[in-house]
Amino acid sequence: MATTAEQFQGHAEDHGHDHDHKPAFFARWFMSTNHKDIGTMYLIFAILAGVIGGAVSGIMRAELMEPGIQYLGFFSKLVGDDPSNFNATLHMWNVLITAHGLIMVFFMVMPAIIGGFGNWFVPIMIGAPDMAFPRMNNISFWLTVAGFCSLMLSAFVPGGTGMGAGTGWTVYAPLSTTGSPGPAVDFGIFALHLAGAGSIMGAINFITTIFNMRAPGMTMHKMPLFVWSVLVTAFLLLLSLPVLAAAITMLLTDRNFGTTFFDPAGGGDPVLYQHLFWFFGHPEVYIMILPGFGIISQIISTFSKKPVFGYLGMAYAMVAIGVVGFIVWAHHMYSTGLSVNTKMYFTAATMVIAVPTGIKIFSWIATMWGGSIEFKSPMIWAIGFIFLFTVGGVTGVVLANGGVDDVMHDTYYVVAHFHYVLSLGAVTALFAGFYYWFPKMSGKMHSELLAHVHFWVFFVGVNMIFFPMHFLGLQGMPRRYPDYAEAYAYWNHFATVGYMIMAASLGIWFLNIIYAFVAGRKAEDNYWGEGATTLEWTLTSPPPYHQFETLPVIEETAHH
Amino acid sequence: MKSGTYASTVSQSARALGLSLASVIAVAATPAFAQDTASAPAAAETAAAAGGYTPMTPTPGVGMPVAEGIGLQQQYSKIGEYGAWIHNGVLMPIITLICILVLLLLIVVAVRYNRRSNPVASKTSHNTLIEVIWTLVPVLILIGIAVPSIDLIAKQYKPAPKGALTIKVTGNQWFWTYGYPDNGDFEVVSNMLNPVTGPTINNGIRKVGSEPWDGPSHLEVDNRMVVPAGEPIRLQITASDVIHSFAVPSLWFKLDAVPGRINEKVLLIEKPGVYYGQCSELCGAKHGYMPIAVEALPRDKYDAWVMTHPGAKIDNPNAAAGSETDYLPGEEPAGAAPAADASAAPAAAEAE
Repeated sequence: MATTAEQFQGHAEDHGHDHDHKPAFFARWFMSTNHKDIGTMYLIFAILAGVIGGAVSGIMRAELMEPGIQYLGFFSKLVGDDPSNFNATLHMWNVLITAHGLIMVFFMVMPAIIGGFGNWFVPIMIGAPDMAFPRMNNISFWLTVAGFCSLMLSAFVPGGTGMGAGTGWTVYAPLSTTGSPGPAVDFGIFALHLAGAGSIMGAINFITTIFNMRAPGMTMHKMPLFVWSVLVTAFLLLLSLPVLAAAITMLLTDRNFGTTFFDPAGGGDPVLYQHLFWFFGHPEVYIMILPGFGIISQIISTFSKKPVFGYLGMAYAMVAIGVVGFIVWAHHMYSTGLSVNTKMYFTAATMVIAVPTGIKIFSWIATMWGGSIEFKSPMIWAIGFIFLFTVGGVTGVVLANGGVDDVMHDTYYVVAHFHYVLSLGAVTALFAGFYYWFPKMSGKMHSELLAHVHFWVFFVGVNMIFFPMHFLGLQGMPRRYPDYAEAYAYWNHFATVGYMIMAASLGIWFLNIIYAFVAGRKAEDNYWGEGATTLEWTLTSPPPYHQFETLPVIEETAHH
Repeated sequence: MKSGTYASTVSQSARALGLSLASVIAVAATPAFAQDTASAPAAAETAAAAGGYTPMTPTPGVGMPVAEGIGLQQQYSKIGEYGAWIHNGVLMPIITLICILVLLLLIVVAVRYNRRSNPVASKTSHNTLIEVIWTLVPVLILIGIAVPSIDLIAKQYKPAPKGALTIKVTGNQWFWTYGYPDNGDFEVVSNMLNPVTGPTINNGIRKVGSEPWDGPSHLEVDNRMVVPAGEPIRLQITASDVIHSFAVPSLWFKLDAVPGRINEKVLLIEKPGVYYGQCSELCGAKHGYMPIAVEALPRDKYDAWVMTHPGAKIDNPNAAAGSETDYLPGEEPAGAAPAADASAAPAAAEAE
């Protein structure tokens, strides 16, 4: 983006010592109103939560390495269950799958991709000094932290058969109401309320910022695609999270105050909960992946040294995905006994999503076509993303078919599908974004070699974990099982070996972060060179505490 | 692992891929009926002839997962064969080609347009024709998928003929009960057999493998759901506590058991045999330990099994083969719908 920004920002004044007027430690980090500091806190929080959620999946993969129950007893005892109670031991499994799902969705991917990268780069990319509501930005973050604490606490209080909430991340009634006495599920619901409220406020903040705080000349159709992606995501959050809040509030009153929203004995309906949950839950999966699309678009364009191919098509494909994402929810409920017409409608509507998604995949490739590609670490991750997301996307087309889903629903095929789009899609986009922007945020260059090794080890590991899950699912292995028939042993063992490889790749990543801070050379303003044209590359690395005190002006001829 | 097992798995999936269309047609032509007693051993034959009942010994690899398997289980219902054909014959080739196409494009781009081969990037950022093409071609492919897919859904929702045998399936924490309202309304309680090693899952239930007819550990139960083969059966599925899901992969059957509601669907098993499934909706601690075992028997042996229960009577098998007229929930045999109030609406919707 050709700009005249350079002469306007804090850069020149920065040679003096701390002209930024940074507040002291406590005020800076605990009462923060700075979008970059809050973004940093979101990223650190997401990494911590991701380590916990990843460790939980490590326990799960260890347990699944062989048939039988090997490790659950130990962890069940750890949270205070009676070791002689085998049902409590088995309950621990459900606590693990619930925690893994909730942590990864609400406390890892969302904080990292929206709270972290969104906070850091949306204001900078549109030429704004900060977010529209800096104090609300702060409470969004701390509500998320409080929600996480509530979820962690839930593991140590009774949840029915054993300690902790064992309902799955979907919290289906009546397992979550009459099926789970004790405070654990209440703590889990409270965690969702807090994280949800934080996200709603974050969404309001992003929408206001993007609509009102664009620099002169930064029209909607000149905004970088990452900003577009966060805008669409913010609308999805704003429209879907209140529905989740309503649904889980009804769970709460069913559990504690004798209402019967989801209890047939009082005229309620358990399937109503599923409709409400998935009305939120399906947009939620796009909330996790859309900002990833935006990151990938920036990276592909930067390292191909070309503007994004079909910019308008790319922006409105995301809008289309967002809109259609709201009218396909019942494809998560094909086996609940929908009527024939409903099932046909949701089959057709779900398949429609493949069209805008296809536009995005092909436009990324067309952006690279004719480019002069440099295979720097973010680009390798972005190319990996395109392939892995395609694999996850096509199995989505398979699952969209209501009649075919009858054999795959709630099997490992579904687990494979959504991990390909999230664990291999959203998380790969997160790592791509991390290597793209880490030197900008920290001021230190990471090691390109370690970043490449990280990619290849991670790529092998995650494919070994999740590809065989397609086989397990087709063979009929149900999800959420701690134990299985001997026939499923081979591919489960294989997947656990893949987990170990993936875990090793994370070690390389942490090593790279340490390397950057200890020995990394200082990052220049625009360390990726001529292809990087958005406004963050006109600032220093790290950017000044307050950027754009005089607004940059975007020239008329500017390219996207 | 053993290479022999692996080879057989591969050939099996290849066969499933290649022959599924042919077999759909072939099966449609021949009503697959009783004669094929593939797996019942001599002992069981004698017992049945004498009017008694001995559980059928399952055939390894039939109606259950196979070790190291990578494809769908072999299907034993027409719906399943059609569904497997859509998956193996339509969806798999399409999605494989799409993935290969994307991979090839990425490789071409990486080879031709890297910094060394192409030092100066073009500035092309629009091409309306190609954008229209990559929007319309996926639309056409999706329409191609939707045609058989929607047809499959329509076939699955075809209601059972008027006189079809009704079996009531109830999910409980953590076992299944099967009610036979047309056969004198007796009920079968079905618990998973305890695995040979490890803690006891179900108190008072024997260990798997202690009888000659036991199938695989984690899948075999003490009392199977016995059904007649070759005729449509009306399954009415509900639950007594939380949501469960009645699922049998080799019969292409999965329907949730929801408390306060009766879900209904037709099951038609072509061949006698034992078909295993597992609960497929998270239902609490022992969710992983409430498998389903469906034993399909020829009509005469089914009747013999029915008569081993006190108070049992033979339903009218001829009615099942009769007309395909739509039935209404109100016309069902008495005693079929206990949780009737909450269920009437969904049941009607199912029958549409």
